[in-house]
Amino acid sequence: MQSKQQIEAQVRQWLTENWDPESNLVEWRSMLAQSGWGAANWPEEYFGKGLSAEMSTAIEDVFAEFGAVGTAQTGVRMLAAVTLLEHGNHEQKRQYLKRILTGEDHWCQLFSEPGSGSDLAGATTRADLDGDEWIINGQKVWNTSAHHANYGLLIARSDWDEAKHKGLSYFIIDMHQPGVEVRQLRQMNGHASFNEVFFTDARVPRENIISTPGNGWNVAMTTLAYERRSFDRSRDNKRSKQKGRIFVELKKELDISNEPYTWYPQRAGRVDLIMQRAEETGAINDPVQRQDIARLHILSESAKWTAQRAKAAQKAGKPQGPEGSLGKLAASEVGRLAARVHTTMSVNDALLTGPDSVRDGVIAEILVSVPAGSIAGGTDEIQRNIVAERVLGLPKETRFDEGPFRNVQRNSAAKDSGK
Amino acid sequence: MAFIFTEDQEQFRDSVSRFLKDKSSTPDVRSLMATEAGFNPDVWVQLSQQLGMTGVHMPEDLGGAGFGAVEMAIVCEEMGKSLYCGPYFASAVCAASAIRLAADSTQMEALLPEIIAGERLACLAVSEHQGVWSDENFSTTAVARDSGYLINGLKRFVVDGGNADLIVVVAKDDTGVGFYTVDANDVTVTALESMDPTRKLAHIQFTDSPAQKLANGGSDQLKLLLDIASTALANEMVGGAQTLLDSALSYTQLRFQFGRSIASFQAIKHRLADLLLELELAKSAAYQAAQTLASSALWCADGQAAHPEQVTEHASLAKAAASEVYLHTALECIQMHGGIGFTWENDTHLWFKRAKSSEVLLGTPAQHRERMLTALCAQPTDLKDSA
Ligand SMILES: Cc1cc2nc3c(=O)[nH]c(=O)nc-3n(C[C@H](O)[C@H](O)[C@H](O)COP(=O)(O)OP(=O)(O)OC[C@H]3O[C@@H](n4cnc5c(N)ncnc54)[C@H](O)[C@@H]3O)c2cc1C
Repeated sequence: MQSKQQIEAQVRQWLTENWDPESNLVEWRSMLAQSGWGAANWPEEYFGKGLSAEMSTAIEDVFAEFGAVGTAQTGVRMLAAVTLLEHGNHEQKRQYLKRILTGEDHWCQLFSEPGSGSDLAGATTRADLDGDEWIINGQKVWNTSAHHANYGLLIARSDWDEAKHKGLSYFIIDMHQPGVEVRQLRQMNGHASFNEVFFTDARVPRENIISTPGNGWNVAMTTLAYERRSFDRSRDNKRSKQKGRIFVELKKELDISNEPYTWYPQRAGRVDLIMQRAEETGAINDPVQRQDIARLHILSESAKWTAQRAKAAQKAGKPQGPEGSLGKLAASEVGRLAARVHTTMSVNDALLTGPDSVRDGVIAEILVSVPAGSIAGGTDEIQRNIVAERVLGLPKETRFDEGPFRNVQRNSAAKDSGK
Repeated sequence: MAFIFTEDQEQFRDSVSRFLKDKSSTPDVRSLMATEAGFNPDVWVQLSQQLGMTGVHMPEDLGGAGFGAVEMAIVCEEMGKSLYCGPYFASAVCAASAIRLAADSTQMEALLPEIIAGERLACLAVSEHQGVWSDENFSTTAVARDSGYLINGLKRFVVDGGNADLIVVVAKDDTGVGFYTVDANDVTVTALESMDPTRKLAHIQFTDSPAQKLANGGSDQLKLLLDIASTALANEMVGGAQTLLDSALSYTQLRFQFGRSIASFQAIKHRLADLLLELELAKSAAYQAAQTLASSALWCADGQAAHPEQVTEHASLAKAAASEVYLHTALECIQMHGGIGFTWENDTHLWFKRAKSSEVLLGTPAQHRERMLTALCAQPTDLKDSA
């Protein structure tokens, strides 16, 4: 095995020979994919080097040193990547992984339905095999960036006589076909990053199933586990000031990829702005507010260190402790408290969104975005159930949804808006 | 002190509630909030003239119904439930009460009948910096000139500031705090873009704006005025929280996941029970504040009137309690709706945003807790001990 220094030296040499800010973005990323340096922790067979996560981080640092553009490992396309790496067959991996790294494809996650959100396995979108094609009918909802996507990760019911979790299959669906209709939904924060997706006799070639019919739930667990671990991976909003053709192209690509996510930092609570705002507003001199600011600092630092502790254990190859399952819940707490502290510090100004607002309305956007964090990617309640049942080993809820799915009681209240 | 609404009050509540269900439905709210003025003038006239809501707490000889703070609070609570969009709080509660507290009888006769009839809209301009109103908290000046005064200063976050014909402004002259009336044509109004579009806010700039001084306005009147406004708002807030709780209750029973209604999960059930507990506590506080206010100097003859510090204590107590409950209920209601609760199409966010704007209006919960304690400490021992 090679040492870290040796690998870093190889990357440096490779970048010295190849990195050129004037290159074409997709060509450069293709080259990265071929070389394996763009996804070093992926298997060698599939555009990686088969190295550990730790090595891969070290390699990213060398890229940063050079100011070199890396592969497009962001957003929903990463959910596709991890799922394919674990469950895809050889052809699928060869076909899709490279274009994920080059950023040529945009993906979306087609899991939630009007009738099944927390109870994801209750999906009722149908997949019926007809010769060499699966015919898809039904509706999905809350699908982030489906309006940009050319591929979707779809779970649908292929067998109604099996028990709930056993009748699902997992597909790659081409979003650009006549049977797929995408409608954007507006959120309470004014953005429209998620969608409703309707399928009417949409088609999926038989070979586009991931794993086997009926094994969709297992595959979905891989996607979800990654999603729930990566909720806090800050999307890189820093805009490179470097010059070169590739950076112009990168900016264009990021403008599309990041469009649904511009409010995500606000959704996390913008802890980074707390101390600046505390000074600006004078809240730092208010004995009551100081206590809340301090409490938030304790919470967010502890949450960060918990994530680091979990990561360190993972890198060292130790079995995961409870700390690894708590990140998403901790993030919800941080977000909620940060929203409260921010809006308390700004008092009336927290309401403003127009030209008279503080920092372009960012405080108001925090307030109206934070509530998404404890819903998206599995609600806090579902996270607590997971922690209670899988981590603490507590007795499971009595089930009301066993037996053939056909007979399980369900209803969709999702269309009812409540009042 | 047990509190129960009288039969008449219940009937009055019913009629207000029926009217608002009809005239202030959520689609109405949604269309009004998208307009600049933010209210429907026809509904305003009906509400003022046919139902007498704007004058319910005003003396009969000025065109009011001659009732008191409890009836005013009932209107506010019902308006909070339906998220009524209109200048009731600004004109009928704040500005009209300011005039009643500070004006002499000639001034009252000149100003109040039109406001009570809903024909003239007034607003109240007090706040400049953040926080509760107090003598130290503003620097807008009044200087005597000819037969009147000139006002200079900037008032911020004035509710319905853009809709008013008449502005009641609090300013300082050599003798201290005073109340003045200014014609809306003599000021510069900047409408604010607020996250809560159901309540319109504006900054008002006074630049040598000609004004008339109300004869009797001073620090004591300002204090009682904040008690009135806080009590009204607290009642509006518990009304809003009730709608949210109702909505969470009905949605969680309707929504099935895992083969059962989500309300059947204890994780949800217990939280709904807790919300009910919080809300009922806040309601008691809001109702009590209204009742104490009803026996304040404004509605009750000297000698029998409640101690002013107790009025303040109860008003700020209710405002602080209702603020927290409203916002908490709103956040829970969003969470219990799941993904749909985060959409624009679902109504929950409208109440959530109103909850937040109400929380900071008239001072934060922390400031009201302080104000409450100060008032409590200032009471004579026998009152304090009975608390
Ligand atoms: C910003 C955002 C982005 C999203 N992006 C995507 C996406 O790209 N793709 C996708 O497929 N989905 C996406 N979602 C959907 C998200 O995963 C679901 O909204 C979420 O899983 C909840 O499902 P639901 O909305 O149906 O709520 P429900 O499941 O109906 O939940 C309603 C309430 O009931 C509670 N509840 C449900 N079951 C239980 C239980 N057993 N015990 C206690 N409480 C319970 C919930 O916690 C919640 O409070 C997104 C959502 C948001 C807000």
